[in-house]
Amino acid sequence: MSLRQGSMRYPYFPGCTLKAKARGFETSAVASAGALGVHLDEMENWQCCGATFPLQADNSFPLVSPARTLASARKMGERLVTLCSACYNVLKRTNHVLRTDVGRRDKVNAFIEEDYAGDLEVMHFLEVLRDDVGFDALARSVKTSLGGLAVAPYYGCLLLRPNDELGFDDPEAPHILEDFLSALGCQVVDHPYKIECCGSYVALEPGDLASGPSRMVVESARSRGAQAIVTSCPLCQYNLDVAQQGAHGREQAGVPVIYFTQLLAIALGLPEDVLGFEGHVISPGPLLRCVGVVGSDAIA
Amino acid sequence: MRLARDVVRGEEERKLRDISGEEVRSCYQCGKCSAGCAMTSMMDLLPHQVIRLVQLGQVEEALASRTIWLCASCLACSARCPRGVSLPNVMESLRVTMLRPGGRHIDPARLPADVLENAPEQALVAGLRKYS
Amino acid sequence: MFVCWCGLNIGGVVDVPRVVEEISGCPGVARAVDYRYMCSDPGQQLIRDIIREERLDSVVIAACSPGMHESTFQSVAESAGVNPYRCEIANIREQCSWPHQNEPLEATRKAVELIRAAVEKVRGDEALSALSIPVTRRALVIGAGIAGMQAALDIADAGHEVVLVDRLPHIGGHMAQLSETFPTLDCSQCILTPKTSEVGRHPGIRLLTSSEVESVSGYVGNFTVKIRRRATYVNWDLCTGCGLCTEKCPSRTPSAFERGLAEEPAISIAFPQAVPHKPVIRPEACRHFTKGKCGVCEKVCPVGAIDFGQQDSLIEEKVGAIVVATGYDLHPKAKVGEYGYGVYPDVIDGLEFERLNSASGPTQGQIRRPSDGKVPKEVVFIQCVGSRDQENGYPYCSKICCMYTAKHARLYKHKVPDGQPYVFYMDIRAGGKGYEEFVQHATEEEGVLYLRGRVARVFQDGEHVVVFGVDTLSGKKVEIRADMVVLATAIVPASGAKELARVLKTATDEYGFFSEAHPKLRPVESLTRGIYIAGCAQAPKDIPDTVTQAGSSAAKVLTLFSAPRLSHSPTVAAVDEEICTGCGICVEACAYEARALDTRRHVAVVNDVLCEGCGACAVACPNGATRQRNMARSQAMAMIDAVMG
Ligand SMILES: Cc1cc2nc3c(=O)[nH]c(=O)nc-3n(C[C@H](O)[C@H](O)[C@H](O)COP(=O)(O)OP(=O)(O)OC[C@H]3O[C@@H](n4cnc5c(N)ncnc54)[C@H](O)[C@@H]3O)c2cc1C
Ligand code: SF4
Ligand code: SF4
Ligand code: SF4
Ligand code: SF4
Ligand code: SF4
Repeated sequence: MSLRQGSMRYPYFPGCTLKAKARGFETSAVASAGALGVHLDEMENWQCCGATFPLQADNSFPLVSPARTLASARKMGERLVTLCSACYNVLKRTNHVLRTDVGRRDKVNAFIEEDYAGDLEVMHFLEVLRDDVGFDALARSVKTSLGGLAVAPYYGCLLLRPNDELGFDDPEAPHILEDFLSALGCQVVDHPYKIECCGSYVALEPGDLASGPSRMVVESARSRGAQAIVTSCPLCQYNLDVAQQGAHGREQAGVPVIYFTQLLAIALGLPEDVLGFEGHVISPGPLLRCVGVVGSDAIA
Repeated sequence: MRLARDVVRGEEERKLRDISGEEVRSCYQCGKCSAGCAMTSMMDLLPHQVIRLVQLGQVEEALASRTIWLCASCLACSARCPRGVSLPNVMESLRVTMLRPGGRHIDPARLPADVLENAPEQALVAGLRKYS
Repeated sequence: MFVCWCGLNIGGVVDVPRVVEEISGCPGVARAVDYRYMCSDPGQQLIRDIIREERLDSVVIAACSPGMHESTFQSVAESAGVNPYRCEIANIREQCSWPHQNEPLEATRKAVELIRAAVEKVRGDEALSALSIPVTRRALVIGAGIAGMQAALDIADAGHEVVLVDRLPHIGGHMAQLSETFPTLDCSQCILTPKTSEVGRHPGIRLLTSSEVESVSGYVGNFTVKIRRRATYVNWDLCTGCGLCTEKCPSRTPSAFERGLAEEPAISIAFPQAVPHKPVIRPEACRHFTKGKCGVCEKVCPVGAIDFGQQDSLIEEKVGAIVVATGYDLHPKAKVGEYGYGVYPDVIDGLEFERLNSASGPTQGQIRRPSDGKVPKEVVFIQCVGSRDQENGYPYCSKICCMYTAKHARLYKHKVPDGQPYVFYMDIRAGGKGYEEFVQHATEEEGVLYLRGRVARVFQDGEHVVVFGVDTLSGKKVEIRADMVVLATAIVPASGAKELARVLKTATDEYGFFSEAHPKLRPVESLTRGIYIAGCAQAPKDIPDTVTQAGSSAAKVLTLFSAPRLSHSPTVAAVDEEICTGCGICVEACAYEARALDTRRHVAVVNDVLCEGCGACAVACPNGATRQRNMARSQAMAMIDAVMG
């Protein structure tokens, strides 16, 4: 597939986290998209998606906020692009409910005073890269060689489950991240924990309870030679990163956990100021300098 | 444990069914959910044991379990359940049963400062919706 | 002399080339060869070629058990011109390489010895020819449950007469007692009555109810059977089945068909659809017999069919084949004390539940408990009662109770929607087409609560029967104050099965289930030629499996009937009349009644066809007058010498 320069425009939903703690995810994504001819058009009146899809059958109220976002995105176009896995999950599942469950759709529509029937297509930016840009074209756009970097993909839960509603990838053997990393020229490190849960919001439980599952994930990647882990979820990034607190500096070096868009921006040779690596526990700076893919000391 | 009609299909169990939209009696206790759950090492009851308690109408005991707060709604269990049980919905119904009358599992005001400062917004929003 | 490797079965233990080498030198051995699979087509061709090349007059094959391939190799020998009774098998697999897997050297030595012995034997073998016997193309079927009826119909439809015997006054067996049947829940009577009435009117089936087989003599193709017809005290030739007598009879007795849940008159027809639809008098309950007065039935019978003086009669039938289809009983009540079975009226068994649920049963199909007729709201079903219980019952699984318990729990829910059924189980064995789905439906759609564990105790407490059980899944002890308890008691062979086996000279297992000739390859043939088995007489099974096996036994009978004559092995006992003193010791020794004394000539004679060639007579004869063909004393001695070295 050839790259249709400047021809692609999408309504885009950033979500709260990308405007605050995960700013680098957004800046790297928007800049990379631009370099590939994709214009991510941030919606004007988006609302928080709710961060977790409500699992209560008797209560449709938590669907109101994401539904409002969906209804207004529909006015901008037929597709809505997301970056954060959680936003993708919540918006796509909400959209599914509104499309298939007439009873709940009527309740929610009454609240938001709209007549929205779920006829939007909620997409993840990875899907845009795969289907609209094309991984072959992406490979041809790579400016910085990442051949020296061994990277483990980490999907977590929210991109993959429930598969019958999301249909994102093979839920037990996904490969979109691998294909993406290959297109960038990285060495892909496959590992069994790439679809296991990191512990998610259990991070808030006192006593560091989510770090157990997260450590298993990091160890699964590290022991197979991964130098970095990529994700598309700020909570996964946080959990995997925090779980390694205190680990680096000892005999095992920490494995930096970065957003796939940050790696994309590096590969596309974009200025380092779009990367936004601040706030990481395991700083990716030393690794990236070491393999020679970034130069500036400004990267913490 | 004394079993009777009004225990097995009691009021408590009916409420859970309304909240979760799930019929737990489909579960045949194969244990596959527990086998794949990432959080079990911290749990006091395995996920399938929680389901069993609900099947037996022992809702109080299920509500007292730490497991319901440690479930991360990751859906690994329901994705693989051979009987199509949405176990995370059942967990949610148990949590909600505790929270709706005004209960709180975690008080946002008492979260440690470093968590408040560093955790992504997404974690705070999701956690507070699950825990309070 | 041919040695088979049987792949690694023999060749992996026994040093086959070495064996060949050693045997080659034996006296009388023209040639010794080995081959990887002697029974294969090329193996058989090899035997034929060498027989022709060397112009052999006898062969020894060292291979597997003669039970497997003796007939294969006999016909190979025959096709190359060697008399088949001069082909001997040395079993170096079952009797050598398998039991001596860990001693290859010893096994090799033993193989050589076994082969040497066979070589010695074959040197003494006579050229014999098979005996030929005629076939009576009529069959006897014992037991007229669904198995016996199906076999009888299949044989009769193929044009051969069938004598169908059942000890009850009516046919249909247990299936007549069932209400609805898994996995489709169709009404049992509705699918049964087309069969019973077809049997009743089939011109090729002679139906003998209230009858039992008393003795059997003869052999495959030629059995003579004596059948006792018990007195029914009603002349069925006159009786029209109008039922007046049963209406007027003043005496009442518990109904066996209703399993004691209802009473019936002393003269009665067990159930409305019974075939034959004729009454019988039970003398133990009839006032005429117990008190010497009454005779009401005799007075009301419009055709004068009552015959208090009727006696048992003996009927003799000649048949060529016998199908045993005597079915099952349930584990006796008295044996499960911990569940109060037989003590508490509201603890019942599966067949009693079937009657409660049956439209023609004691409650007209309403689920009401026996003690007070109340509709039970909490019903506990207990599986594996007496089954899988080596200590207090039987080690085997009764196979059908998981399914019928799921059925019972579902039928109960259909009739009592606000009731709660509980099922205590160990495992749910639902391996049949649509069966697992049937059980899942019970839990998922009908709310049957399965509790994994055995019940320890059931006791009466006021109105309730209290159940102490456990749910090993939750690790909790369970107590249920139930209104009724239904036990899935073990399936056991019909009473009298072992005695019948003795009459038929065939075998049962230790419990009384008839033994099949081979558990996998000959599942419907008994250990006696000409006798076949069908249905629960062989092992617990459900209706689909029963009908399948019945059809298969009928096919075996028809195969037998399709041969113009039968052949019998000629390696039987023979008497040297010059030496025999007519002492008769051999007659006693024969287990097959193959021997008799010719009182006129005063010598023992052998019925070749009955003789199984066991050799008991030859050993018993004090005068050495009896000889086993192709196992003469001289042959036996030579074989022993060969082994002793
Ligand atoms: C509670 C219960 C529920 C069941 N429900 C189902 C169901 O829903 N679906 C299903 O597929 N299966 C069911 N079954 C199994 C079913 O009953 C059997 O598969 C079937 O009846 C076996 O038929 P049979 O002819 O082998 O034996 P039987 O039905 O026992 O028939 C044997 C016959 O032989 C006669 N007999 C016995 N001994 C002698 C003798 N010495 N001389 C002459 N006659 C003799 C008996 O009088 C009887 O008529 C159930 C069984 C039970 C116990
Ligand atoms: S995987 Fe499903 S059926 Fe199996 S125990 Fe868990 S919930 Fe029950
Ligand atoms: S949803 Fe909850 S119970 Fe199920 S696997 Fe995930 S953490 Fe375990
Ligand atoms: S009254 Fe006579 S004819 Fe009528 S059923 Fe009785 S015996 Fe038969
Ligand atoms: S004699 Fe009297 S008791 Fe006996 S069967 Fe006839 S009516 Fe009944
Ligand atoms: S079929 Fe089921 S209930 Fe019957 S003995 Fe076997 S396991 Fe037990």
